[in-house]
Amino acid sequence: MSNPSRRPVRKKKPLPSAQPRRTPNIALRRRLLLSVLGLAFVILTAGVFYRQVIQTEFLQREGYARHVRDAVIPARRGMIMDRNGEPLAVSTPVETITAEPRKLIDYAAAFPALAQALDLDVAFVRDRIETNRDKGFIYLKRRVTLDEARAVRQVVTEHKLQGVGFETEYRRFYPGAEVFAHVIGFTNIEDRGQEGLELVYDSVLKAEPGLQRVILDGRRRTVEQIEQVSAPQPGQDLVLSLDRRLQYLAYRELKAAVTEHKAKGGTLVVLDVASGDVLAMVNQPSFNPNSDRTGHSERRRNRALTDVMEPGSTLKPFVVAAALERNLIRPGTRFSTSPYNIGRNVVRDVHDYGMLDVTGIITKSSNVGSVKIAQMMSYEDLWTLYDRLGFGHPTGVGFPGESRGILRHYSTWRPFEHATHSFGYGLSVTSLQLAQAYLVLAADGIKRPVNLFKQDPLAARSKPREAVRILSPNTTRRLRTMMETVVSEQGTAKQAMVAGYRAAGKTGTAKKSAGKAGYASNRYQSVFAGFVPAKQPRFVMVVMIDEPGAGAYYGGVVAAPVFQKVMEGALRLFNVPPDDPEPSMMLAQHRRGAAAP
Amino acid sequence: MAINPLDSRFNWQVDAPENGWLRRLHIDAPLMTGLLALCGFGLVVLYSAGDHEWIVIERQVIRLGMAFAFMLAIAQIHSRQLKRWSLALYGFGVLMLIAVLIVGDIGKGAQRWLDFGIVRFQPSEILKLAVPMTVAWVLSRQRLPPRWPSLLLAAILTMIPVGLIAKQPDLGTSLLVVSAGITVLFIAGLSWRMITGLAAIAGAVAPVVWMNMHGYQRARVLTFMNPEADPLGTGYHIIQSQIAIGSGGLSGKGWLHGTQSHLEFLPERHTDFIFAVIGEEFGFTGIVALMVIYLFIIGRGLMIAARAQDNYERLLAGGLTLVFFIYLFVNTGMVTGLLPVVGVPLPLISYGGTSMVTLMAGFGMLMSIETHRAKQ
Repeated sequence: MSNPSRRPVRKKKPLPSAQPRRTPNIALRRRLLLSVLGLAFVILTAGVFYRQVIQTEFLQREGYARHVRDAVIPARRGMIMDRNGEPLAVSTPVETITAEPRKLIDYAAAFPALAQALDLDVAFVRDRIETNRDKGFIYLKRRVTLDEARAVRQVVTEHKLQGVGFETEYRRFYPGAEVFAHVIGFTNIEDRGQEGLELVYDSVLKAEPGLQRVILDGRRRTVEQIEQVSAPQPGQDLVLSLDRRLQYLAYRELKAAVTEHKAKGGTLVVLDVASGDVLAMVNQPSFNPNSDRTGHSERRRNRALTDVMEPGSTLKPFVVAAALERNLIRPGTRFSTSPYNIGRNVVRDVHDYGMLDVTGIITKSSNVGSVKIAQMMSYEDLWTLYDRLGFGHPTGVGFPGESRGILRHYSTWRPFEHATHSFGYGLSVTSLQLAQAYLVLAADGIKRPVNLFKQDPLAARSKPREAVRILSPNTTRRLRTMMETVVSEQGTAKQAMVAGYRAAGKTGTAKKSAGKAGYASNRYQSVFAGFVPAKQPRFVMVVMIDEPGAGAYYGGVVAAPVFQKVMEGALRLFNVPPDDPEPSMMLAQHRRGAAAP
Repeated sequence: MAINPLDSRFNWQVDAPENGWLRRLHIDAPLMTGLLALCGFGLVVLYSAGDHEWIVIERQVIRLGMAFAFMLAIAQIHSRQLKRWSLALYGFGVLMLIAVLIVGDIGKGAQRWLDFGIVRFQPSEILKLAVPMTVAWVLSRQRLPPRWPSLLLAAILTMIPVGLIAKQPDLGTSLLVVSAGITVLFIAGLSWRMITGLAAIAGAVAPVVWMNMHGYQRARVLTFMNPEADPLGTGYHIIQSQIAIGSGGLSGKGWLHGTQSHLEFLPERHTDFIFAVIGEEFGFTGIVALMVIYLFIIGRGLMIAARAQDNYERLLAGGLTLVFFIYLFVNTGMVTGLLPVVGVPLPLISYGGTSMVTLMAGFGMLMSIETHRAKQ
């Protein structure tokens, strides 16, 4: 009341000269009154004029900012599927619970119920809301389950909560979990690829959320949708070359072998001979991309592509192939495989096999024999074949962190290195490179690019990779016949025999490099690389078990059984007709039964 | 300055013929025209502010009808009668105020209403008329300018109901009532010395009043000083109404197209803050048009006061007109952010009945004073 009573009085102050008189001047007073009235109107009008004409732009913007919002329309990230369209990475709409703390703060009584519905700690919820009490938006819990969302809705209704919001987001789910983890990788909470194909093909898979301009009312409810600023663009799907069933089988068998042999790790790659498609690519150890994504970089490597090994004896067939191509030898050409000196170094085999023909060198995996064949050729001849097989070059599947392996130029070789290169030491390759090299043997000498996709959406960006002939069909056919003997009672990989089919391949047991100190005496990589059926191969497979620690370490004992089990499954899954007569089949079954522990 | 109603040049322009039928019905044509224009404009705005609901318009039309009827009824009464009833009405009003404090209904946190079953009634409204009437009566019993005893009496008579209303608490109404009393005193010719004295007293009393104010009342004053300090709390009303007015621009967004008003950003948009709706939808042009109507009504009121036949009539007419003006000024000042937020409706436009009836009764008295004037 003090204000109003003072106000009229204050208005009269501009007339200090008015003398206090016994009889006030009524006319003056009237004029004064009218002046005050007029002044009041002028002030009011001026005030409105100021807001409406001078400040109008600012205030209009303020008003616009208060009621117009661009709301995000979520869009679905592209799906990743196997060659048969089975989902490997899918985005499903889920709800995210948001809160407007400055409103929700008034409903402290409902916090326990809310926390329970969200499966969160009450103290956490309370803290989250109280520390953000001035804010208009926070996430309470992102990507909740259906049950949680339902429970929250119920709490909101029951307690008449204000300030709890529901947003739709997409959650990435990987049905293949650890089986596909290395190839596919995963995304982060913002739906961006972090590893694997999710990372490389992020630009393809990525969804462009749309924007919807909406009008909000004073309670932040959407009243009207005015226009779509941009339409949501779902991501493009990726169809991989992988076969889900085969991948599962490969993973199971690899894991079993790694466990059985107490190995550090392992990789397995299956290629389709006709197309170069990667049908399976699994690694041990693995991780579950649906949950434990942090840490354990050991587990997250796609070892088939990132880790290199010295291929060891698995390269011997290529030495033979090079010599056959040049008509330097025939399958029956005989060599002495007794220990052999090269300068101060001695090359020897596990046993001294005496005289062996070329087939025998392959069958028994003779280092001495390989060296002698290699020495019939120049350094360049051997190097050129290796180089053309793809060693030292990335395969071009376009995977992050792919290693190109190491193949030193022949000009730097010394005589003993020429020798070691013939039995797979002194160079290093990835499992995929080795599989790609074996594909050449399986595909009658043609080198096909390997693919992870049925159709690579980014293929246009890189140089086209073309199939090239490296070896003659005659050479490879003869080699395959020789390699069949490896997978036989006499060979180093009798445990790779597949019932009903004739398999061919080569074992490898490489001592692991111990850096500058040379080779470790007790750490091995056990490898088997091969194809089935031997006459007209359909599949190429490379199995590598890293550092088996349970005693056995020969490729034929550790890696070959994995080959047998996975290949058997692959042939069945792809309905490949058997090419081996019945007796062998029965024999195989008998053997398998006997081998079982 | 606009029209000077005291200027004789204007008299002939707006006066009704002295023997016309309007005169016989005791209707003052210029005042009536102004009021009808104002109420018509008000209904148009209310349709927009009330979310296009016919029921709002219907109720307001019924209220307006009753208020106009009441005005015409009062216009028939000669000011002699009014003068005679002044004190009685005053006494009745004060008793009702006391009753309200004891048995009144609580609405929006304040005891303002008396419930008679059929009618809910706000006794403070009576005092908006009774105080100027009584003060005019006290002062007009002697020759003007008033002397100390009359002034003191007038002051006491004003402060009793003001105190009671402030206790409800209803800051807006008590403010209007006190200004009604003071306005009449001023017109009566309060000497400058006394005015200075009163100002000094008011200044001294201010801290005491501040101490006795309710929390929300203090908050309003503080918010007025700095609305941005609490944009989502008490400052919300002021900021939102300024945005609404400002976004109207020169020509407005058009009838029914005010976004701020329609999207529930603007609080109390069909009652106390309806001025902001006018500002947003009709722009500066609309505000000026509205001001012209108000100015016309106030001008006519002052003209009636100037031509009144005795001191009582003059004081009453002047007082009522100025109270109407203060109503307008407090409301528009509040909505535009020039004054603190006090719950005063925009006269004759805001939705709601009680104040409308009181205002129209006041205009009835003005018409009575004008139309009962002896022929010159």
